[in-house]
Amino acid sequence: MSTTEILFFFLSALAIFSAIMVLVSKNPVHSVLWLIVVFFAISGHYILLNAQFLAIVNLIVYAGAIMVLFLFVIMLMNLNAETEPQKHIWMKLAGAISGGCFLLMLVSLVRQATEMNGRNALMLNGNIGLIKNLGKALFSDFVVPFEITSVLFLSAMVGAVVIGKKE
Amino acid sequence: MPIQYYIYLCLTLFSIGIIGVLTRRNAIIVFMCIELMLNAVNLLLVAFSKMHYNTAMGVDPSTSVGVDGQLFVFFIMVVAAAEVSVGLAIIVMLYRNTHSVDINFLNRLKN
Repeated sequence: MSTTEILFFFLSALAIFSAIMVLVSKNPVHSVLWLIVVFFAISGHYILLNAQFLAIVNLIVYAGAIMVLFLFVIMLMNLNAETEPQKHIWMKLAGAISGGCFLLMLVSLVRQATEMNGRNALMLNGNIGLIKNLGKALFSDFVVPFEITSVLFLSAMVGAVVIGKKE
Repeated sequence: MPIQYYIYLCLTLFSIGIIGVLTRRNAIIVFMCIELMLNAVNLLLVAFSKMHYNTAMGVDPSTSVGVDGQLFVFFIMVVAAAEVSVGLAIIVMLYRNTHSVDINFLNRLKN
C-alpha cells in the first residue's frame, strides 16, 4: 500500500467520522468545529488530487470565512446543548432510514455502472489544478461568469444588510 | 485511485448531509449540513475533472481538459459564500422575532 493510498483512506475516514460527529453533537459550537475538521480533510483530498488552488481557496473561504461566520452567529445567540431543540426519536429514525436508503440506492447504481470500471483519478500529478492554468482559463473563457459573480456578491451583501436591519 | 472510491466517499458525505437536514431541528445545523452536501459535490467534481484529464493526457500531454470542472467548483464556492451571508441574516432575523432557532417555528409562515 503506497503512501498516497494510506493518506486517501485516512482522510476519507477522518471526513466521514467528523461528518457524523457534526450530526450527533448536541452543542452547536462542537458541530461547527467538527465541520471545520471535515473541510480540512476535504482540502487534504484536493492536495492529493493536486488541485492546489482549490485546496487553498477551500481553507480560506470555507474553513476560514464561512465557519467563522457560523461560529459568530452561534455565539451571538448564545446557543448551547440545553437550548438545543430535539426531534422525536421516531422522526430521527425515519430520517436516518430514508437517508440510508438513498445511499444504498446510489451505491448499487454506481456498482452497476460498467463504464466507470478501470477509470482512475490522477493523483499527485497533472498541472490543471495550478493557479497559472486556472487563472488563464478564468480570465479568458470564464470572464463573463466571473464578472457576474461580483454582481451576485454585491446583491448578497445588500440583501444581508436589508434583512438584518432593525426596523 | 479508482474513481469509484471517490464516488463512494462523496455519496456517503452527501447522505450524511441529507440525514442531518432530516433529523435536526436547529436551523443553523440544517444550514451546515447543506454546506456539507455542497462540499461533497465539490470533491466529486474535482475527482471527475482529474479522471477526464487522466484519459485525455494519454493522447495529448499538454491538454487542459478538466480545467472547466475545477473552475465550476470555484464558482460553487462563490455562490455558497453569498448564500451563507443571506441565510445567516435570515436566521438571525428569525431568532430576533421568536427567540429560538427551531425550524418548526417557520410553520407559521403558512398562515
